[in-house]
Amino acid sequence: MFTAHGHGRGLRRGLAVGAAATLVGSLVAGCSGGADSGGAVEISYLVPNDATGVESAERLISAFEEAHPDIAVDLQTQPDGTEGDNLTKTKLATGEMEDVFVYNTGSLLQALNPDQTLTDLSDEEWVSHVSDDFLDTVRTDQGLYGAPTGSSFGGGILYNVPLYEELGLEVPETWDDFVANSETIARERPDVTPVLQAYGETWTAQMLILAAHGSVAQEDPGWAERFTAGEAKFAQEPALAGFEHLQEVHDAGLLNEDFASLTHDQALRQLAEGGAAHYPMLTNAAPAIAQNNPDELDDVGFFALPAADAEHTAATIWQPGAVYIPSSTTGEELEAAKTLVEFITSSPEACAIAQDTGVATGPYVIDTCPLEDGVPRMVEDLQTYVDEDRAEPALEFVSPVKGPNLENIAIEVGSGIRSAADGAAAYDEDVRKQAQQLGLSGW
Amino acid sequence: MTTLSPPGTLLRKEAAGTTRRRTDSSYPLWFAVPAAVLFLVFFAVPTFASFWFSLTRWTLFDVEFIGFDNFVQFFREPQLVTGFVNTLVYGILTSGAKVVLGLALGVFLTSPILGRGYLRAIVFFPVLVSTIGVGITFKVLLDPFDGVVNRVLGWFGVDGPGWLTDPDLALLTVAAVDVWKGLGIATLIFIAGIVAIPQDYFEAARMDGASGWQQFRHITLPLSMPATGTVVILSLIGGLRSFDLIWAMTNGGPGFTSDVIGSVIYKQYQAGFYGLSTAGNVVLFAVVAAVMVPVSLALRRREQEL
Repeated sequence: MFTAHGHGRGLRRGLAVGAAATLVGSLVAGCSGGADSGGAVEISYLVPNDATGVESAERLISAFEEAHPDIAVDLQTQPDGTEGDNLTKTKLATGEMEDVFVYNTGSLLQALNPDQTLTDLSDEEWVSHVSDDFLDTVRTDQGLYGAPTGSSFGGGILYNVPLYEELGLEVPETWDDFVANSETIARERPDVTPVLQAYGETWTAQMLILAAHGSVAQEDPGWAERFTAGEAKFAQEPALAGFEHLQEVHDAGLLNEDFASLTHDQALRQLAEGGAAHYPMLTNAAPAIAQNNPDELDDVGFFALPAADAEHTAATIWQPGAVYIPSSTTGEELEAAKTLVEFITSSPEACAIAQDTGVATGPYVIDTCPLEDGVPRMVEDLQTYVDEDRAEPALEFVSPVKGPNLENIAIEVGSGIRSAADGAAAYDEDVRKQAQQLGLSGW
Repeated sequence: MTTLSPPGTLLRKEAAGTTRRRTDSSYPLWFAVPAAVLFLVFFAVPTFASFWFSLTRWTLFDVEFIGFDNFVQFFREPQLVTGFVNTLVYGILTSGAKVVLGLALGVFLTSPILGRGYLRAIVFFPVLVSTIGVGITFKVLLDPFDGVVNRVLGWFGVDGPGWLTDPDLALLTVAAVDVWKGLGIATLIFIAGIVAIPQDYFEAARMDGASGWQQFRHITLPLSMPATGTVVILSLIGGLRSFDLIWAMTNGGPGFTSDVIGSVIYKQYQAGFYGLSTAGNVVLFAVVAAVMVPVSLALRRREQEL
């Protein structure tokens, strides 16, 4: 975070000078009475303050300004995570939001009150190229608000492939197979951790629950809808299984000794280097592995979180973030903003930049930007599930309701402080609060 | 003003006297206007606005009046029960430890010892460091496997616990760090209190053959009562409102085991439940007031008796 900050500083100073120059220019133009003699339209573009995001945004902007010399783009950054959520809400509520901004899709978008605060983009040309699974995560009954940025990613188990080959293990199709594999690893290779958990970063604790939704949706296709209506609960099967698995891996002693303090990056490193066999995680971990363990990137494979019954086992798919235009942007800025959104979404330049700056984490959601050859092993594995139609969107993209305390409840269940049934009931209570805040009926 | 107050009890006369003295001041009243405006805009208005928002479901975009539902919900928060108990435990523990250790250090650092000024500076040093910095530093030092503390314990064959990851220990560990950080202020107040005790008492006691302990028990302890009261009040309020150190070290975790009222409120705000977190602040205000008013009254009575 600090490096990204320092990195952006020089740029921001440069932009500030540019902005000042444009401001003076437009003031002079205003005095002379000719609005159109001022030259370029200036719009602002807001991205989260992480290193790769800022880097690709800088490259995007320079490519865009080359293609559209009449539009100048001012790059702004803000923190990621809950701090960014609050900033975004505050800016939208006060009409101070940048002209184009990057934000999450799915349940987090619903909390922005999009019908009032965002510009409807359903008439744009690129919409027809984007997958329906993605479009469902950026629309309401009244409009379509976001254009995709980046590739989708999958949730399940990341595993160490050489270890599986060494011990002659098969990719497990049921939860019992998974536990059996883990026990074999514990027996044959006592120096290897069967299942990694990294509660030093709390968000990672949710994976066994969130990535179980693929199986839940296969077993009971109407579950998400009934969940949104307040009828289906986590305290009942099939959704309870996620909490039970979390408790089971702890109680069976399959976890790393330092599960309570290990961080996400440390866990990825252990997994890539063969110190651990399984890590419940998302395939968007690929860029981090590519950076820290470039030679071992293809030693890490992916399989869907196994369900009790093999026929329900399915990968859970997360949709990428999106770019939005707030309703406070109007006039020629709105036109310029729409041009930028189109460029980010569907220009060949943007696709090339996306494939160049990061490592793909899963399929792209727009058909103008296909996956290149030579993607990481885990992404290939994920693609197999997608091709076989054994993939379901994560719950946060099919229901607006996600309780804020899931990670802490998951940590309690996953470290033996609370039982699975108790944890699931506590989460149902947490979810009720969010549903009420959203003003849903039936809660 | 004076014409309005009828002649009556002594108390009323006193009050009227104060008022008259204040209006007779050589400064005109409108000198207070800038301060009053700042106070109204930045303190009074937000305070009353928060009482209103605590009765609403507030998304920043919409406000819906829901009566006392937020308070009902807040008291149903699963973390809140732990949070309440933890807040009291934390407040009382840190406050108690600061009084005992601060008094001991205060006595030690007022006695004629070598390098007294240097030692005083050392004790006060942690106060000057940023709380978040202290939290992050100790988080690294106390890492159960790679941390310096457990490594050093390992040299002596002691298997150090997960200071911040063991649910039974996390809160106590943070409280200990809080004491380390806040002890300097408490010691400083006690030093000031002890130094202010006239030396005549000690001389007289020594003439009568009082031992060191007797001097401490019968002179230092009772006569530093005002200092003790100040330390108790300051550290108890600080402890009940504590948030930054806990957030930097554990985020209220593991799970909810080291949550205090302050961190529960912050989590509601983070989650976008603005009305609910405002209601939580109103509750915190009430709790701090309910604990502090009797404590401070009792301490003041004690001082007057002396």
